[in-house]
Amino acid sequence: MAYRPDRSQYPSRKADGSLDIDLTSGKYLKLWQGPQHPGITGNMAVELTVCGDEVVEGKTHVGYLHRGFEKLMERRTFIQCFPIVCRICVPEPDFNEYCYAVAVEELAGIEVPERAHWIRTLILEMGRINSYLMYLGGQAGALGQGVIGQWTTYVRDLMLDRFEELTGARIYHMFIMPGGVRDGLPDGFHKRMKKTLREIEKTLDDVEDVMFNNAVFKKRTVGLGYIDPALLDTYGVTGPTARAAGVAKDVRKDQPYLVYPELDFEPVVGRDSDVYTRADVRRRDLLMSVDLIRQILAKMPDEGPVMTELPNVLHWKIPRGETYVRGECSRGEYGYYLVTDGSGYPRRVNVRGPSYTHAMALLERLIVNCNISDVAALMVSLHTYPPEIER
Amino acid sequence: MRQISMRELYEILKQIFPLGELTEQRSNLAFITVDRAQLRPLLLHLRDREGFTHLVLLTAVDWIEDGSFQLTYLLCDRLGQRDLGLRVMLPRDGAAMESIHDLWPTAATYQRELREMFGIAFPESPRVEEDFILEGWTGTPPYRRDFDTLKYSNETFAPRPGRETRDPEGYMKEQLYPDGN
Repeated sequence: MAYRPDRSQYPSRKADGSLDIDLTSGKYLKLWQGPQHPGITGNMAVELTVCGDEVVEGKTHVGYLHRGFEKLMERRTFIQCFPIVCRICVPEPDFNEYCYAVAVEELAGIEVPERAHWIRTLILEMGRINSYLMYLGGQAGALGQGVIGQWTTYVRDLMLDRFEELTGARIYHMFIMPGGVRDGLPDGFHKRMKKTLREIEKTLDDVEDVMFNNAVFKKRTVGLGYIDPALLDTYGVTGPTARAAGVAKDVRKDQPYLVYPELDFEPVVGRDSDVYTRADVRRRDLLMSVDLIRQILAKMPDEGPVMTELPNVLHWKIPRGETYVRGECSRGEYGYYLVTDGSGYPRRVNVRGPSYTHAMALLERLIVNCNISDVAALMVSLHTYPPEIER
Repeated sequence: MRQISMRELYEILKQIFPLGELTEQRSNLAFITVDRAQLRPLLLHLRDREGFTHLVLLTAVDWIEDGSFQLTYLLCDRLGQRDLGLRVMLPRDGAAMESIHDLWPTAATYQRELREMFGIAFPESPRVEEDFILEGWTGTPPYRRDFDTLKYSNETFAPRPGRETRDPEGYMKEQLYPDGN
């Protein structure tokens, strides 16, 4: 027999369009999912109003991780901001370094050596793989498949080893700085990276078998969290979430940067725009990143400078101006809006993280009429990282 | 079809709307200063006629020395591969702006943040009075330039032992030569 939801208990709307929820009526219950909850992404919370086990209203709450980066940067010189920016996003910090560095270079009129462009692209793709691996573990974990997270954490650890030998750090790399990158590739890096990539592919084969071909995973995610393609621009949806809806939004193709014009790839696109498709688009995008790293290693120059000469960074003043620099991170469009006033400090830095729109307006819309048990899967499928919201 | 340059777009727009200064930052990124009253019709025109369908960000810059806030509305035309920033200057005293949440629902979040961090009012914006990041904040909005972070920190948080600053030279001397020789 077909499932017929009982709508008789549902709240009516007030004249201003808000829901008329009377908590004393006993029909509704307030539930907090997060900030300490296994089914939440990072340090945020969703305040759910439920009727039975269906959500009638959800409000995202952030602020648990606010450190005021944008304000901190206004009191620091341009080079002092460089070690701060990566802290804005833990699983994929390199986009902060890249966008900040390019914005500073553009306003200061600095040319970057070609080899640095290649190494920057390599770093960004390595970061993307890390972020996707973490996502796959989280997406499976939200539906009770703990083992996927263990497998992806293992291969992510191998990639962190590659980061460590390249940059000296595992999480916050502080490698892409204004003017270029800090160093070239170490000896034998190509060989070890290729081995890591093979290991990632092998693990992803297993992930495909156990997660994507799993009847329970399919049953629970197909059709869940549908995003109408017509809503993409209205809600500022970018990245894999938009590509899963059939729109090939990818900054790497739309506004090519670094060495992407020299690499051979096509944006991975899905069709059904549900949680399953979003997970599948990310898995395929991850495999594309593996391929892109192979292309980069094969094509990049082995010799040449990686850093251009900077003016004395202690007395570095940048003329008045403003710019916006963007890149395609694993979650969508990542950008930095930088305003300078001719002094030695930025006048304003604004970080545009994809989670800002995905975790707030979009999630609050999608969560309505969702079953409580599906909230975690839906939220993870938007791949949000709260620090981007409360920079 | 040939892609028109940002200056050509500016000239076209200028025939319809009174526009301020144009800054061409890159071939695919420009900023235009517009009057507050022109913003909404211009946003609608850009969204519906010129292909700038994506609101990338909405943020503010505090030009305290001029006594004004700059609101930046950055729009992206993905298919045309170009971005356009609209700058609206507001007086700092009693700063208020019309909401654009009905054009892009995501703008409501940006406006909530601007109300909290810069103290710019967006009267019609939904849930704009709710706390966004800060809880129960009553003082100067913290992202304004006249908010002193050090002063706030000294007033709000008690000093903890073990955080004394020392003169490095004198401290090392004391460590290495405790008897003063």
